[in-house]
Amino acid sequence: MKRYDAIKEIMKSIDDELIVCNIGFPSRELYAIKDRNENFYMIGSMGLVSSIGLGLAISQDKKVVVIDGDGSLLMNLGSIVTISKQKPKNLTWILLNNGAYGSTGNQDTYARYVDLFEIAKSSGLKSFEYENINLKEIINLDENTFINFKIDKGNNESVKIIPLSPIEIKNRFMKSVLK
Amino acid sequence: MVNSNYVYEGIKKAGINFIVSLPCINLNKLLTLVDEDKKITHMPVTREEEGIGICAGAYLAGKKVAILMQNSGLGNSVNGLTSLTELYKFPLVMIISHRGTEGEPIVGQVPMGIATPKILDSINIQHFNPCSTEECLDIVSNSWEKSLENELPVAILLEISYWTCK
Repeated sequence: MKRYDAIKEIMKSIDDELIVCNIGFPSRELYAIKDRNENFYMIGSMGLVSSIGLGLAISQDKKVVVIDGDGSLLMNLGSIVTISKQKPKNLTWILLNNGAYGSTGNQDTYARYVDLFEIAKSSGLKSFEYENINLKEIINLDENTFINFKIDKGNNESVKIIPLSPIEIKNRFMKSVLK
Repeated sequence: MVNSNYVYEGIKKAGINFIVSLPCINLNKLLTLVDEDKKITHMPVTREEEGIGICAGAYLAGKKVAILMQNSGLGNSVNGLTSLTELYKFPLVMIISHRGTEGEPIVGQVPMGIATPKILDSINIQHFNPCSTEECLDIVSNSWEKSLENELPVAILLEISYWTCK
């Protein structure tokens, strides 16, 4: 399964949760699959998706789902440590792990050789492999969780650039957070 | 570090209620004041850019956010400050211990000390270096409003001389 179908799978478990989605193709694919006000699309700043999700989750009560990637997580690996200490109960952190920098030409990442699930688990995060769980049940747990979703590399090349401006993305997202 | 009290008072007057931090010896007292304040969420982070991301997320939930850091960490925050904070017009107050300024005993602090104001200028971040405690209180108190007005982060550079000024 490639990322586009993985995001489709994830969206079957999403109702009114806030989503913070990784930069590049992941956000473009999510926009194409199901655009909603509760989606925060990252346009720049690779690596920071889990940090944005952490700040958001700890500052309000709605459930937050972060869609991260292995290349991005490797760029901000310290986030595993910070989140494992902070443990916001309303944060589900999903790692779409394809071992590749998908948006830049599918170059290999070190996640092919190092197990990010084991790193998350040994850092104290309650961690699951996607294939063993029902995502909706995990989101509904009153616990901070990390989910490793192993997928194949490859983008849906037909998805367009997101036509919203960063300010539009922010403003409509904030309205849905604060309502 | 009695001068830390003026920074702290400014933070309170600005209404800042969410702070991420990395340490500096000169921020030691201020970090304790912030950490003991039950009305401020204080989150130590592992790297400055991580803190920039966390502040953006907290602002999305309506928090008034600031980062406490040493200027040596400015270099590794630049992409977050531009491609996230500037791009989406997130407000942010940056309270920065400016090492490598006059009186610096550690030679390793000097290159980044000199580069810091130039880096901030290059990414259009307005910066202040208060030379008295009263000036500091005034600048920090108005920093959140200034950041909203500028639609950019605002930086307060606390040089080594600040900590012993009147």
